[in-house]
Amino acid sequence: MANLLSIIVFLPTVAAVIMALFLRGEDEAAQANAKWLALIATVATFIASLFLIADFDPQNTGFQFVEEREWILGLTYKMGVDGISVLFVMLTTFLMPLTIAACWNVTHRVKEYMIAFLVLETLMLGVFTALDLVLFYLFFEGGLIPMFLIIGIWGGKERIYASFKFFLYTFLGSVLMLVAMIAMYVDAGTTDIVYMLEEHTFASGTLDIAGWQIIGGLQTLLWVAFFASFAVKMPMWPVHTWLPDAHVQAPTAGSVVLAAILLKMGGYGFLRFSLPMFPVASDLLANFVLWLSAIAIVYTSLVALMQEDMKKLIAYSSVAHMGFVTAGIFAANQQGVDGAIFQMISHGFISGALFLCVGVIYDRMHTREIDAYGGLVNRMPAYALIFMLFTMANVGLPGTSGFVGEFLTLMGMFQANTWVTAVAATGVILSAAYALWLYRRVVFGDLIKESLKSITDMDRRERAIFAPLVVMTILLGVYPALVLDVIGPSVENLLSQYSAGLAVAAETSFAEVSQ
Amino acid sequence: MTAADFQAVLPEFILAALAMLGLLVGVYTGKDRTAPAMLWATSAVLVVVGLWIALNGEGSNVAFGGMFIDDAFSRFAKVTILLSAAAVLLMSESYMARRDLLRFEYPILVALAAVGMCVMVSAGDLIALYMGLELQSLALYVIASLRRDSLKSTEAGLKYFILGALSSGLLLYGASLTYGYAGTTLFDGIVAAAADEPPLGLIFGLVFITAGLAFKVSAAPFHMWTPDVYEGSPTPVTAFFATAPKMAAMALFARVVHDAFGGIVSDWQQILAFLSVISMFLGAVAAIGQTNIKRLMAYSSIAHMGYALMGLAAGTAMGVEAMLVYMAIYVTMNIGTFAFILSIERDGRPVTDIAALNQFSRRDPARALAMLVLLFSLAGVPPLVGFFAKYTVLLAAVDAGLAWLAVAGVIASVIGAFYYLRIVYYMYFGEEVEPVDQTAHPVLWGFLMVSAAIMVLGVANLFGIETWAANAAAALVD
Repeated sequence: MANLLSIIVFLPTVAAVIMALFLRGEDEAAQANAKWLALIATVATFIASLFLIADFDPQNTGFQFVEEREWILGLTYKMGVDGISVLFVMLTTFLMPLTIAACWNVTHRVKEYMIAFLVLETLMLGVFTALDLVLFYLFFEGGLIPMFLIIGIWGGKERIYASFKFFLYTFLGSVLMLVAMIAMYVDAGTTDIVYMLEEHTFASGTLDIAGWQIIGGLQTLLWVAFFASFAVKMPMWPVHTWLPDAHVQAPTAGSVVLAAILLKMGGYGFLRFSLPMFPVASDLLANFVLWLSAIAIVYTSLVALMQEDMKKLIAYSSVAHMGFVTAGIFAANQQGVDGAIFQMISHGFISGALFLCVGVIYDRMHTREIDAYGGLVNRMPAYALIFMLFTMANVGLPGTSGFVGEFLTLMGMFQANTWVTAVAATGVILSAAYALWLYRRVVFGDLIKESLKSITDMDRRERAIFAPLVVMTILLGVYPALVLDVIGPSVENLLSQYSAGLAVAAETSFAEVSQ
Repeated sequence: MTAADFQAVLPEFILAALAMLGLLVGVYTGKDRTAPAMLWATSAVLVVVGLWIALNGEGSNVAFGGMFIDDAFSRFAKVTILLSAAAVLLMSESYMARRDLLRFEYPILVALAAVGMCVMVSAGDLIALYMGLELQSLALYVIASLRRDSLKSTEAGLKYFILGALSSGLLLYGASLTYGYAGTTLFDGIVAAAADEPPLGLIFGLVFITAGLAFKVSAAPFHMWTPDVYEGSPTPVTAFFATAPKMAAMALFARVVHDAFGGIVSDWQQILAFLSVISMFLGAVAAIGQTNIKRLMAYSSIAHMGYALMGLAAGTAMGVEAMLVYMAIYVTMNIGTFAFILSIERDGRPVTDIAALNQFSRRDPARALAMLVLLFSLAGVPPLVGFFAKYTVLLAAVDAGLAWLAVAGVIASVIGAFYYLRIVYYMYFGEEVEPVDQTAHPVLWGFLMVSAAIMVLGVANLFGIETWAANAAAALVD
């Protein structure tokens, strides 16, 4: 099928439009209809994406399934996937049905809730498939609207503050990227991402702006603007503060999407834009990013250790794990980048599952305070087992997917900067500390709290949601080649573009000096 | 006056003649009883003339020895002006009728203002410019104070009049300086005089004319009248102020700086960039504290004028195109937004406090959703059409080497996003309060929905305005 990508991307929105126009009423039947329609739409999207991965050729490092059409204002509607983006598409389509199933108990404005998630899925998929700068920006920023509403309408007590902070923080990060994109358009004469990756080199000669010498010139300026956006989205220390607030206040399904998919957009952006398009600036600032990542890993792990709120703890742990991703990317070698992508995919499953775990007990007890729990293993053995698996995966135990990602990124980092690796490696220990301590306080011990005496174990729906996540976490842990084979050739290609860009810049600057 | 001259001004002539005929009808029949019919007839005429201009106009025709220019640029502006004026007229009927404000003069004054605006955008001469501007302004002064027994409305009219007169004075002073140093009032002559090394007096003239026009587009720091006039005037009149006259003044601005001062771009570019950046920030920051939605929209329009001026400040054909696209989208969004504001009532009385919108989405999901779309579009959040408006002006600015202005613009847009989000917050997240009425007049409902639908569906191809705007810009900037 020629339009397979468009079908995958817009299928959820079509379902959302149908829901908005034809589903009426607020009674239980209408709510059930909305949920089922949303579930069917997301499953159908997943099935469609299976065709995508089945026909995908990993050895081909170019873009596949490319669609191109004229659009407005000199832009093109261009979509396509390569080895780097195809797995993010799969991750999204895989997680969305689980997310929808996880909000089966919602009773407040169900129809709008489902519409928000369906539209959000389209926008997320669009980010990973867009091959036009402005189209990318459109999807990247558009996701803010449904997420703002999800946090604001269905969130917890402090939802207003959290939703505004989320929106304005990420919006501010991204608008600078928009200006940078426009500058790239003016410089390259097109907004085609493929052209910029393969043919166009942005100037990297030193610029003099108002008396300031800017080494790396245009590339550095553009890199900084993109960094502002992706670093906030990732999020990297010290611009991570919106994430704990947003996570804590968002409803369970919102947290899952936020942690599992939305955060990956930042990492994807670094891989798609910063590294290959601005190699000189990336090289120049790599150590800066590596140190920020190392600080993030240690600092947020320590902060996570002290949290009282389960969701906040997992949110900080997400920031720490994203630190491995940024460090892996800017190590700029095969292991580092492979590991970063693997870590993002694996973190998608693990953090999504952990937020679902919190959701399971939150649905029963309506609190996320760690102190309110204890001894759950006595009443909820199945829950204890699943929670343990994902806790171990979060820690990075060998045999789970978490290990592969952390090991590869650390190995990549080691080749780039030994000291950073030494600092970052302590994060692995700290993550074991906070994750295991959380697990001990919630699950082990005696069941002494009155309120917990009648708590019930997971029902069939909840087990069904976790089953695929368990399978993927273990499968990727014991057979990582499943992911690495797909991304490997594309990453190799990316890195060769990167080093070629560096070589060209070195030659020109050498020529300048020798003149 | 030759036949060719007459041909060029025919649309304006027809409008003016019909307006005067309407006056006679009003006087000789039962006065205000004919008002609704007059209103519908006027908007029908405006639409017909607008479509006629859109479909029939061709090439560039100069009439009255260069005083009147009918080209693609003026046609783009005229179509926008006439159609938006017709839309606002239709939206005002139910509101005005129920508050006993529907006098037969109202549609006639709107039509006369529209004639004035058409002359403005076609002006090829300082005299024609002033004539159009004053015809428009005088009509607007009167309709601002349409509610004679309301203190606020009369205050709004008076304030508008005094400050408007001041700005006209500035403009006239600038025009006379320009005439003195260029020796002609024709733009063709001025552009020849204002090349390479213009005399200082001509620069002074340019500055004063710019200041006068900045008053008319309500760009900061000449914006002071806007919030008070927006708040005091009857809401349909506010809707009118926010749409057609803005387009006209902006188009006139483009006409003057390109046709009369096109040779000294760098001289006015810095002025416009300054106006633009001040307007964007002032509009964004000052709107945060507003609780009255009409005042909020006033500051919002100041900020939007800042973005439109950014396009103009680029000083290129691309910039003019961006400005036209921006204004057309801005006008469409504002029509929808004001249709919403007009439809908000509690026990049949208009409500302008935004806190009254608390939990509005529960009572009327469709209207709330449409407003949500419009608000995000006003804030310039993708994937809505409002984003493309911002995108074009930013592109024009960066292309012209004004990257700093673009950076300032996007930062202001983040600040501005806050107050649009605040309305969303009231509608969707707020607390329960005494509810507003659920029913909306079908005309208002229709305009709201169509405007919101355009903001979503326009992403596909912007309904082709891009091409028209490009042609218009090419006609203005050689």
